[in-house]
Amino acid sequence: MAQPAVFRVEGVTKTYVTGSVTVAALRGIDLILNEGELVVLLGASGSGKSTLLNILGALDSPTTGRVFFRDTELTGLDDAGLTAFRRAHVGFVFQFYNLVPSLTARENVALVTEIARNPMPPEEALDRVGLAARLDHFPAELSGGEQQRVAIARALAKRPEVLLCDEPTGALDSATGVTVLQAIWEANRDLGTVTALITHNAAIRQMAHRVIRLADGRVTAIEENASPQPPQGIEW
Amino acid sequence: MVMRALDRKLLRDLRRIWAQALAIALVLGCGVMVLVLATGTERSLRLARQSFYDRMQFADVFASATRVPKGQLAEIAAIPGVAQAEARISMQVVLDLPGQTKPAQARLVSLPEAGAPVLNRPVLRTGRLPDPRATDEVALSESFAEANGLFPGSSFGAILNGQWRELRVTGLMLSPEFVYLIGPGSLMPDDSRYGVIWMGEVPAAAAAGLTGAFNDLSLTLTRGASRDRVIDALDRQLAPWGGTGAYGRDLQSSDQFLSGELDQLGAMAVILPPIFLIVSAFLVNMVMGRLIGLERPVIGLLKAMGFTGREIALHYLKLAAGIGLVGVLIGWGAGWWLGAELTALYTRFYRFPWLVYTPGTASFALSALMGLGAVVAGALRAVRGSARLAPAVAMQPPAPPRFRRGHIDALAVRLGLRQTTMMILRAITRWPGRALVTSLGVAASIAVLVACFFTYDAISSVIDAAFSRTNRQSVTLTLAENAPRSVIEDAAHLPGVLRAEGALAVPVRLSHGPRSERTLLEARSPEATLVQTLDAGGHAVPLPADGLALPESLATKLDLHAGESVTVTLLAPPRDSFEIPVTRVIRQDLGETASIPAAALAARMRMAEQVNRIDLLLDPDRLAEFDRAVKATPAIAGTLFWPDVQRQFDATLNENLTRSVSIYAVLGVLITVGVVYNAARIRLSERSYELASLRVLGFSRAEVGAVLVGELMLLTLLAIPPGLLGGYGFAALIAEGFSTDVVRIPLVIARRTYAVAALIATVSALVAALAVRRRLDRVGLATALKQRE
Repeated sequence: MAQPAVFRVEGVTKTYVTGSVTVAALRGIDLILNEGELVVLLGASGSGKSTLLNILGALDSPTTGRVFFRDTELTGLDDAGLTAFRRAHVGFVFQFYNLVPSLTARENVALVTEIARNPMPPEEALDRVGLAARLDHFPAELSGGEQQRVAIARALAKRPEVLLCDEPTGALDSATGVTVLQAIWEANRDLGTVTALITHNAAIRQMAHRVIRLADGRVTAIEENASPQPPQGIEW
Repeated sequence: MVMRALDRKLLRDLRRIWAQALAIALVLGCGVMVLVLATGTERSLRLARQSFYDRMQFADVFASATRVPKGQLAEIAAIPGVAQAEARISMQVVLDLPGQTKPAQARLVSLPEAGAPVLNRPVLRTGRLPDPRATDEVALSESFAEANGLFPGSSFGAILNGQWRELRVTGLMLSPEFVYLIGPGSLMPDDSRYGVIWMGEVPAAAAAGLTGAFNDLSLTLTRGASRDRVIDALDRQLAPWGGTGAYGRDLQSSDQFLSGELDQLGAMAVILPPIFLIVSAFLVNMVMGRLIGLERPVIGLLKAMGFTGREIALHYLKLAAGIGLVGVLIGWGAGWWLGAELTALYTRFYRFPWLVYTPGTASFALSALMGLGAVVAGALRAVRGSARLAPAVAMQPPAPPRFRRGHIDALAVRLGLRQTTMMILRAITRWPGRALVTSLGVAASIAVLVACFFTYDAISSVIDAAFSRTNRQSVTLTLAENAPRSVIEDAAHLPGVLRAEGALAVPVRLSHGPRSERTLLEARSPEATLVQTLDAGGHAVPLPADGLALPESLATKLDLHAGESVTVTLLAPPRDSFEIPVTRVIRQDLGETASIPAAALAARMRMAEQVNRIDLLLDPDRLAEFDRAVKATPAIAGTLFWPDVQRQFDATLNENLTRSVSIYAVLGVLITVGVVYNAARIRLSERSYELASLRVLGFSRAEVGAVLVGELMLLTLLAIPPGLLGGYGFAALIAEGFSTDVVRIPLVIARRTYAVAALIATVSALVAALAVRRRLDRVGLATALKQRE
């Protein structure tokens, strides 16, 4: 399967220096993410998976090495360029949803569609994640699963080429988690969005095309999954 | 020691929030500073006055007459209630100073034969007293001598009894009577043009043609004596000798100015500081509320460890007191420094032998008490909340704020507002109390700025009214005695005179019911154009054909309205009383003079029209010629050059006003900065997570910053209308509090003042908000997202 690369990561390291303490979060990562792929990044806490995801999403920049998005070298962009990249291409989903508490579900999605180039209507995005009936609720009036699905709708509404999810089910129980994963899985299937999903929950790997294992800042294994399962079949 | 550890935490907390604490401390410091400045300077001035008056036996009652035989003095001294009585010669003389073309003027006062007087004793600064019998020896008031380069041994010319005489300076003096020395009819001290000359009684009496008599009198009263009764008795005693009405210290020119200054300082202490104290209390409330909110887990922990609610409350109160202490210290320092500066400035206008800045401990203690009281009161509500938190509840994160859709939302949707704008609006409607405090804080700042720039408007209006519309003459000549109207013709023939108009100024007592006021009545032709009366709106209006025109302040004191009658008692011959209607209430900012048409007064005095003052319009090219002629005209007792008066007025005000307006503008700006900076910091601390999320979603720094800055700027804009309104009220308080018997501050605010005040506050708010916005750049996106409150 010779699909074109969407992300190309070459020799990336990341070192955090806090006072006299130096922490090497990434110790040399080489990686390619392909068009239409759903990749699960699996690793224990501190393995560097969040750091890698943040670098892919232009929230952070590597200490050394290069990162390409298609033909653009992200590592060569300034702050404004990185912002423009996020704005145009990336959807994020975080463990703690990161919704704006003072905006309703619809408004949280509209926040993004107002600045996107070719967005879908907020209502459509929320319908896609099964929240058509909860449009005018504030985050505090929604359950955790619902809030996370609003976050997914917000990420998808701009029709991003990349969807980056950092422990999207980390704060949810199993049944709720599955509905959230289902929404991500469907987005990947229907919209072809390249999706990278971080988890320390090994069960989730069943929905991925590829599973990348990280430990101690390095890629330790890459597994191809010939027959990804829809999340309904996953239990943990 | 656990409490010691808690105290260490307190110091570290203070260090952590140093910028916010400093912003509050500066606002509080402003209040403390003004309090120390006003009360400290007032005390210094009051002490200087008191000790000068006491040591030098400043008189309680003053009187003048035309000519009183010396034998009368014993009878006057016998009036019940009189402790001491001292007679002397006093007259206005025109001087011819070396190197000065324009005639200067002085009040000549005699010294008793025995040497120094008993009352109003001058302090000899250098040299010696003049020989009591020497006809050519005089002592000079120090400031006048200094301004004219005269010193013991110098000589100058004077026109005495119609003759040019050379006088020699023997010494320089200061007198409790002339602490603030201002020439007759003038508005400001002019040391180069007006002074006091002391001369031995015998030569002075000879010069005045009063040998064996006196024309000026000072009295002190026995303890508990009724001043008014003594004045009445004295007036009766002096009536046959041309008495012009005795008066107490309150109407003594120098003391009147001093009292006015003291009253203004008192008003400053009362009007300004409360604003700063209240704003700082609200700021402390805001910051402590947030801090305690952030420290909920710590509070829970401390409670779990066994600390009582009271101990924890005390801990946070100490933190607030720490902020207050810094503010008090800043205020003390600035107040002390400015007080010393102001006192030094006073020494240029008020001539005391000793005026040092002695603010006393009371002003410091009071200001500290009020400053600390304000912060503690501000902190109480938040602190009480911390004491009440149950430990288990405290250790939980606070419930997320609940938002509701309201009427504003429907409107916002209709207007098609962006979601970032909605975030701003919802933040305001969700925390209306905090929004209100922020807005009111900025409004207070705008009010201070309006009031501060209002003083410019008011003074410009006073200057415009006094110099461009009321007094349009170039020169006012004071005549040695009343003269028939024909002298106006004579004056018109002086070189360079383009126009001449006469006036008669007579001391009178105006009475209405139980109220009465001593003042000057000025009779002028209704056709006069050089000196005009102004209506309440400041427009020139002709004198009515009959009746009195009264300045508003005098009408208020006498409870008189246009159309009502007032009793006028002439305090100079023929000493008649008559009833006359008040036909017009006029605006007069400087001094208090009633006006009457010349014919109306002459008819009531049953004599031909007279004048003792001539106003002249001069050809500016022929001034030198005019000056020479005046010096050679003995009938002229004094000259007042209005352009000089205005120049002096402008120069003094420009310097003093610019200084004080700059200081108060800084204070006004500090309020906005303090309020907006703290509100922004609190907002940032609450929303850093939310704002970082926006950055992650692809919003630029500017767009995210706009959410933070936009909310504060919206609150600032909302503060403008109440701020301007408050400014008006504040200006009204100042106009009221700073008006004295000598100067009335009109409540005139230019549109420009409102605009400038609003603009300055808006720009200051923007700068403060942008300073906080920069911190947003330092929030790492990845780390901000990991932290949950």
